[in-house]
Amino acid sequence: VASAIETTPTSIPPAKRVPDRFRAVMALVAAVAPVILVVIVVILFQQAVPAVRHFGLGFLIGTVWNPVTESFGALPAIFGTVTTSFMALAIAIPVGVAVAIFLAELGQQAIRGLIGTGIELLAAIPSVVYGIWALYVLAPWSYEHLEIPISERLGFITYLTQPAVRGLFNAALVLAIMILPTLTAVSRDVIRAVPRGLRENAIALGATWWETTWHVILPSARAGIFGATILALGRALGETIAVTMVIGNRYAIPPTIFSPAYTLASVIANEFAEATGTLYPAALIELGLVLILVTVVVNIVALLLVNSTSRDARLTA
Amino acid sequence: MNRNSRRRYASTAWLVVTYALTLLALVPLGLVLWFTVVKGLPPVLHPEFFTNAFRPFGVPGGGISHAIVGSGILVGLASLMAIPIGILGGVYLAEYGIARWAAWVRLASDVLVGTPSIAIGLFAYALFVVPVHHFSGIAGSIALAILMLPIIIRTTEGAVALIPHGLRESGLALGLPRWRVSVQLILPAAAPGVITGVLLAVARASGETAPLLFTTLGNVLFKVNPLTDQIQALPLTVYQYALLPYKSLQDQAWGAALVLVVMVLAINLLSRWVLRRQIRLAGQL
Repeated sequence: VASAIETTPTSIPPAKRVPDRFRAVMALVAAVAPVILVVIVVILFQQAVPAVRHFGLGFLIGTVWNPVTESFGALPAIFGTVTTSFMALAIAIPVGVAVAIFLAELGQQAIRGLIGTGIELLAAIPSVVYGIWALYVLAPWSYEHLEIPISERLGFITYLTQPAVRGLFNAALVLAIMILPTLTAVSRDVIRAVPRGLRENAIALGATWWETTWHVILPSARAGIFGATILALGRALGETIAVTMVIGNRYAIPPTIFSPAYTLASVIANEFAEATGTLYPAALIELGLVLILVTVVVNIVALLLVNSTSRDARLTA
Repeated sequence: MNRNSRRRYASTAWLVVTYALTLLALVPLGLVLWFTVVKGLPPVLHPEFFTNAFRPFGVPGGGISHAIVGSGILVGLASLMAIPIGILGGVYLAEYGIARWAAWVRLASDVLVGTPSIAIGLFAYALFVVPVHHFSGIAGSIALAILMLPIIIRTTEGAVALIPHGLRESGLALGLPRWRVSVQLILPAAAPGVITGVLLAVARASGETAPLLFTTLGNVLFKVNPLTDQIQALPLTVYQYALLPYKSLQDQAWGAALVLVVMVLAINLLSRWVLRRQIRLAGQL
């Protein structure tokens, strides 16, 4: 009997583990996204090499852009990109946060839905449509009804003189409209994620609606709203067509906030198709490289901020 | 006025400010739509606007048929490339989302969504225009596909994640292999959400100008072969005509803008409707 027991296998052999080929294939297909991102940066860098070699780091602080003498510096374009984006943020943040508060906690469900849809449709309208509208409607209106009155009344501040139909200010105005949906949607989600208990505690202590919102809700949503702002900044930095149509396209550091200027993306959009030789297109691609590196960093920072706050909210809820 | 009523008044005042700013945010939407309709309608009402191609300034009867057909070709080709890869990528993220590699894919997709489209255009130029020495529709399509890809990946992931675990587990319990569970069970159940993402990506691609500027470049002629020809697109028409000094072509730019806006908004509203059905269906599962 004992020998019989010894000869029979004591356990069922473990099932052969089938390699998950499906998973491997899917992982490979999904790899397209990160690979493309890396390849974009590598290719742009490789194309920009002639300009990088020729100008070195001086490219970033040079102020001249002359295709004839082949001397190129990026500073005016960098300045224009950064200024328009921050001016747009300054205009859009108060409005965006107000709409986010409205969508997160005020208004009836139906009205909220309607306004939310409206703001999202704002994001759906193509950039070029904003461009043509800004060129023929917004910029002339803003020139007459905003820029001229401001420069007349506050003209003692040098930066608020020299109104122009196409320039920094009007580009910032259209940018502000275009980044509003990003700002609003992300801020709304963050404000919604603030635990209900916090608000109820404040109300129970006798705080008014505004005191609750300003001293309790917004501070706990602060990091997320900051993330939304950075995300919107990323969009503003890279926006091309609408800005190109109203910024005035002058390659110089603008003397006032109304003056014509240029942005990284607009220079590329306007000049790249006609750029000849090796140094000129390489310099334009280097502008593109600067732009993409900045936006990638800005986007990663924003995503980390937004994700970390929604995680915190989940944990505390 | 005592302190408490001052606090109440302040609260009401800020409430009014919040409402006012919310209304202010909707003003641009109304104005953009209003002016696009008012300025774009007159040219659109001529039937030859849709049947004819470009005619030089002064020659009557010019139209945007070449741009409409061209946009269809460019976006159609881009969809052929981006949709299968995007959907599979999204299913991967939803099904194997905790893998470390998935986190990288997710981050890359989110960053790619925020990448300036002009930089994507430069990339497509360097890779698909420079080697063959001529601009072509296909280079533009590839640039558009890169734009669409991350949108499809992320919306597909969201749609698949909505499907209850029970469905997946019952499939696995019946002995179905993983891929059949994903492809034949989960994906059809998530179809409306996936379609939403695809529609949003198509809408986005139809409206993009910057990636086309130095890839397909545009064309005044009616051209359809993406491998050899520069192909015109609707957003390019708006951009190019709007900056010309001729009134008749500026009018056509507004007309093209109207066509574009109607198309994009229609796709968006359609996707919204599909998504609402999806959420209702998911509730029933």
